[in-house]
Amino acid sequence: MTQSTKDKTPTASSVQGPAGPSTEVDPAQIIRPKSLTAGNRLPKWFMPAVLAGAAVLGAAISSAIGFTITLWLILTAILYVIGVYTITRIKVGPRKATDMLWRNLVYIAFVLALIPLVSVIYSVSVVGFQGLTNPGFLTSEFVDADGRRMRSSVDQGTEAGEHGVMGGIAHALVGSLAITLTATIISVPIGLLTSIYLVEYARGGPLSRGITFFVDVMTGIPSIVAGLFGAAAMVFFLGIGNSLGLPMPSQSRMGLTAAVALCVLMIPVVVRTTEEMLRVVPNELREASYALGVRKWRTILKVVIPTAISGIAAGVTLAVARVIGETAPILITAGMTEFINWNMVSGWMATLPVFIYEQFTRPTDPNFSDPSHQRAWGAALVLIMIVMTLNLIARLVAHFFAPKKTGR
Amino acid sequence: MTPDESQTSVKTSQDTRAGRKAAKKASSDQNNLVSKDKAGAGVDRGFALLAKFAGIFILIILAFVAIFLTYNSFEAIYREDEGLVIGRFLSYAWPLIVGTLTVSIIALCISAPVAVGVALYISHYAPPRLSKSIGYVIDLLAAIPSVVYGAWGMVFLSGYLANFYVWVHEWFSWIPLFAGTPSATGRTVFTASVVLSVMILPIITSVAREIFIQTPKLHEEAALALGATRWEMIKMAVFPFARAGIISGIMLGLGRALGETMAVVMVLSAGSFTWSIISSGNNTIPAEIARNFGETGDGTERWHQLIAIGLVLFIITLIVNMVARWIVSRNKEFSGAN
Amino acid sequence: MSKNITAKNLNVYYGDFLAVEGINVEIAKKSVTAFIGPSGCGKTTFLRTLNRMHEVLPGARVEGQLFLDDDDIYGPGVDPVTVRAMVGMVFQRPNPFPTMSIRENVLAGYKLNGARLSRSQADDVVEGALRGANLWNEVKDRLDKPGSGLSGGQQQRLCIARTVAVKPDVILMDEPCSALDPISTLAIEDLIAELKQEYTIVIVTHNMQQAARVSEKTAFFNIAGTGKPGKMIEYDDTSVIFNNPSNEQTERYVSGKFG
Repeated sequence: MTQSTKDKTPTASSVQGPAGPSTEVDPAQIIRPKSLTAGNRLPKWFMPAVLAGAAVLGAAISSAIGFTITLWLILTAILYVIGVYTITRIKVGPRKATDMLWRNLVYIAFVLALIPLVSVIYSVSVVGFQGLTNPGFLTSEFVDADGRRMRSSVDQGTEAGEHGVMGGIAHALVGSLAITLTATIISVPIGLLTSIYLVEYARGGPLSRGITFFVDVMTGIPSIVAGLFGAAAMVFFLGIGNSLGLPMPSQSRMGLTAAVALCVLMIPVVVRTTEEMLRVVPNELREASYALGVRKWRTILKVVIPTAISGIAAGVTLAVARVIGETAPILITAGMTEFINWNMVSGWMATLPVFIYEQFTRPTDPNFSDPSHQRAWGAALVLIMIVMTLNLIARLVAHFFAPKKTGR
Repeated sequence: MTPDESQTSVKTSQDTRAGRKAAKKASSDQNNLVSKDKAGAGVDRGFALLAKFAGIFILIILAFVAIFLTYNSFEAIYREDEGLVIGRFLSYAWPLIVGTLTVSIIALCISAPVAVGVALYISHYAPPRLSKSIGYVIDLLAAIPSVVYGAWGMVFLSGYLANFYVWVHEWFSWIPLFAGTPSATGRTVFTASVVLSVMILPIITSVAREIFIQTPKLHEEAALALGATRWEMIKMAVFPFARAGIISGIMLGLGRALGETMAVVMVLSAGSFTWSIISSGNNTIPAEIARNFGETGDGTERWHQLIAIGLVLFIITLIVNMVARWIVSRNKEFSGAN
Repeated sequence: MSKNITAKNLNVYYGDFLAVEGINVEIAKKSVTAFIGPSGCGKTTFLRTLNRMHEVLPGARVEGQLFLDDDDIYGPGVDPVTVRAMVGMVFQRPNPFPTMSIRENVLAGYKLNGARLSRSQADDVVEGALRGANLWNEVKDRLDKPGSGLSGGQQQRLCIARTVAVKPDVILMDEPCSALDPISTLAIEDLIAELKQEYTIVIVTHNMQQAARVSEKTAFFNIAGTGKPGKMIEYDDTSVIFNNPSNEQTERYVSGKFG
């Protein structure tokens, strides 16, 4: 292609005479397009046509091997990418072909990323919605109709068709609410004050650098390690309390331990997000306030924080959304129970994620796990809806309550 | 609000001015500006101290985490009755460490190219009006709790992959990774890795996307003005700018994969160590802790061992995260991010 | 009401770096004084020491004495908060508080300090301050709208209203018109002429015509080179500075030979 055009169109150097050996080409010629439509020679229907061809060919090959939809889709994708590349290379040139190749690969990566999302949401909602519509699913504890704890005989009754799926998740909802709320109440003041210290007071001294560094370290703590810490710390403090003769909870497995473990995960998130929000508050506002003779703490509370409040609220909401789905630390600190327990400092506490985990891995009736799976998917659906609602709220808050727009 | 503070601040009319004059007369101080507002200044100092203590408190928590883990780990390698039992701990720990690393690295190999591709799609390929909402959709992946991914992998994905394992074993059993009997349930290291790769994808994507979007328009336009195709522009302008960001995003994803518990607990049917990634067996540190910590009595050797491998996990993730940050800070001057 | 400012041997440091050296100046009450000079010569730095705003920056400190009438604002036991309540400041870029309405912005000095005003008192303050800033007629119908919705020039006058609302003794202005168009600049300059009936005004400006138009006295600052401290070269009546300066550097600067 390059060759043939060069023969036809005389270049500046070839016209001006014997500038040197004939192999020497003006380097600009390599990239200079030969005509304005050179890169555009393929018609609009080119890519869909290749895709259709690839699909047909893929179907043929896959049915020769043994047809499955997955195999067909994979073959189609591969044939399509190769086809577009080859044709473009022949018709237009290697540069355009490489461009098309990578464009297609990027598109495929995107589709690939959507598959699990669709698949997860599909599998959660299909069974989960069924589970959700069981009578009393949201309002009853994990009990049968007589209020006695669930056991395999109840699910056997379901199998025999005597009654529908029994047992609700009210106990887990209460536990999730109580533990997350406690963790939030502990984490937010500490996190917010720390970020205020970092942004408003610290002047790059060793303490602030240390805090920034260790908050980074904390962000990386695996959640299971946070759970270990919560458990070990509570055992330790209960030991101290008992040796001092203080009235102490009798065992370390309780809601508060889980909340403490969650705090370790939550505090760094709160610090990072609020710090970022406080830093974007323009310095001019602080100076304007100082210039009115306003004290620093009033400036922070009445100018800086109100300006950043939407971002802070969004950040806190996201932090809550993050920890409400945590399973591992709660599993090893608060355990599991069938009944509602509002008491943070006594007895085991059920939470939604742990409930889901238990129902999947230890079905109530090991021989007939359908009711357990239905309950678990139902709980998963509720959990996802809670998390997504929190995320949505965070976005809305950040969007609609940003100061410039409303100004109240 | 103290009375005299309001006095210095409210200066609506003559009366405060008169008040100030009176205060001046009453004050034996030569300097009229010396603050009479001791309480207000006190609150200021108190608030500063409060904020500072909150910061120090975080350091204390972290010190506690480190001290508790280290202190309780000690008895995993030293028993009072037997002396040093470090060999026993190591033989317990190494398969778990290898298992953790294997699962995470496979997950990374699947996730990283896809994640960078998705980020590129959002930043440079998608129609500009859609790209923001597409970003939200990918962020939804991050919003799904890990236990749900675990359930998805256990109930849905593993069954799907089981057939695939039979096929892979048939053709590629000469590679040690695909030797061994393929698991009939599909609950293998590879399935766990796939689930993890889905979970870390949004992390890598969001970091990469942020940095791609920040690529200076000037550089991009310079490349395009030279006649570059879109891909050449990305190679010339975007990747050099974003390299450090991509790497640190990948490292953050690795850190997350290493510590991820529930997906592995639910997906992998654990067992002793094997090189095969398509048969059941192997285990990871977080899964081991989550499975056994509840049933282990406080203070037994097992209890200490579990805490000790927790410490090992903590150190590994710490190193990974540090390396990620080090890369970012080392490349700051060249990335042009500031 | 308004006060004199006297600086005696004032040095300003950022850490170990001497930014402004040896300022001696007397600024009379109810006058407009302009600081002119090339960029980086320390005019803004010196201006910010007049209400101790420079302390907001880490490592900034001052040696010497600065009197507001007879009181040293750097004397022992003086709280910068008190100083700033008496010496107000208007900034280079208009910075109304984005979370507050126009009315709340004017009342910010009271509100932020936790003072409780009755409704009628507050109305009086708002109207007085906005009239004082020549903004009343433009905004009286939309006092509850956000301050950030105004035009740049209106925002800057709102900031001036916010400053005069607390009735300071001195108003410092740091290039108040540099972010504004010529019409808004004119409005601010007219306002300065009115404000000097009641306040001592110190204004930093890059615009020599502006200095010539609004000020009675002018101080010329200059810097010997990068890394050297800024100094006040000449301080005199504005007409003298612009028409018959005694210092050669001033002469060169006002005639546009450098800067």
